[in-house]
Amino acid sequence: MSRHDIQLSVNGATHRVQVESRLLLVHLLRENLRLTGTHIGCDTTHCGACTVLLDGDPVKSCTVLAVQAEGSQITTVEGLEQDGKLHPVQEAFWENHGLQCGYCTPGMMITGCALLARDKNPSEAQIREAISGNLCRCTGYSNIVKAIQSAAEHLRQQ
Amino acid sequence: MIPSAFDYHAPASIPEAIALLSRFGESAKVISGGQSLLPLLKLRLGTAEHLVDIGRIAGLEYVREEGGSLRIGGRTRESVLERSEIVQTRFPILLDTARVIADPLVRNRATVGGNLAHGDPANDHPATMLALRATVVAQGPNGERTIPIDRFFTGLFATALAADEILTEIRIPVPPNRSGGAYMKLERKVGDYATAAAAAQVTLDGAGNFTEVGLALTNAGPVPVRASAAEDVLLGKRADDARIAEAARRAAEVASPTADRRGSVEYKREMARVLAVRALKKAVERAGGR
Repeated sequence: MSRHDIQLSVNGATHRVQVESRLLLVHLLRENLRLTGTHIGCDTTHCGACTVLLDGDPVKSCTVLAVQAEGSQITTVEGLEQDGKLHPVQEAFWENHGLQCGYCTPGMMITGCALLARDKNPSEAQIREAISGNLCRCTGYSNIVKAIQSAAEHLRQQ
Repeated sequence: MIPSAFDYHAPASIPEAIALLSRFGESAKVISGGQSLLPLLKLRLGTAEHLVDIGRIAGLEYVREEGGSLRIGGRTRESVLERSEIVQTRFPILLDTARVIADPLVRNRATVGGNLAHGDPANDHPATMLALRATVVAQGPNGERTIPIDRFFTGLFATALAADEILTEIRIPVPPNRSGGAYMKLERKVGDYATAAAAAQVTLDGAGNFTEVGLALTNAGPVPVRASAAEDVLLGKRADDARIAEAARRAAEVASPTADRRGSVEYKREMARVLAVRALKKAVERAGGR
């Protein structure tokens, strides 16, 4: 089995690591880099708890090889906060109680951030479509949608 | 879940990739977006000694019109296809199809070429490409060849691609005026494979008669199914409800789905009929037929 020296940027910090070819990106983040905010839910590309930004696009990090992320910019939930201040999407999830158990929340917020980076005025239907690959088993999604709408409003006023 | 061990190769060019595939033969698999392959390897439903990643090869992601064809680069992500202006304005059937593949996160990695080359009859692009009469371009040690889509799918998870060939492009003839297409899928939830789905692409003449018809079904047998008898029912005939109903009945007759948690054989065949009606009607509407 081949091993590879890879370099990637995670939340703005450059990391050089040696990885087995079969190591999954989510395991690199959680175990090698100790960034445990990215969760593993189903491990079968369904639930989206492991969603991270890969060069700006939200992807399921349980279905990306770490070696495939060589040279990429990764953003995890830990990278949303800037200078001790929560990202507007994080603020909005707090304010609108966009979570119950919190397991899906990092993935939901990452997907929400990616949507709002592309479109600061999404319709409710567009929000629901955007998060259709992120499963929540507690909330019924209503407060998650409200949180993303509220974050969008905040970002429009900035 | 962790896949069995394999060696990973990231060639920078197509010739380099082909050389690796020639060297490793059947023990190698091409990885593109990896959204079908990695789950298989993780569940250990499949194994590979070598993965040849074509993701580092520049110039394989594009959607453009050239020489009377829409040309889709083999490594074009579904999300790029969805956002392509030419697809949005002129190929609604492709937009219908891309939007029901897995979910938006998966579509940021999954590729159109991979959706075909995986050879899964439950995938969505195969039926659409049959309806559109696409051609697949493959590159191997002896250069480039083109494979008509009707000869591409050879069995369950099997295609006409040789072990040392890479799917580099999909070519779709640009339809004439008064053409339209649609893809209709029944799924239990976002991200599921089709319980049943139908792809229809039609061209009408000035009198409202069909001059070209492509109709195909997803997840209705070991390979994607072209409903030839249904196409023959429509060709040269008026695009009315009775003809469409008759064609859809013929289409359902060639469906040979298997029973699973999505439904019984009878249910799936009936849904194939209903979706064929809807896809044909939508295609006719988009062709300006009514």
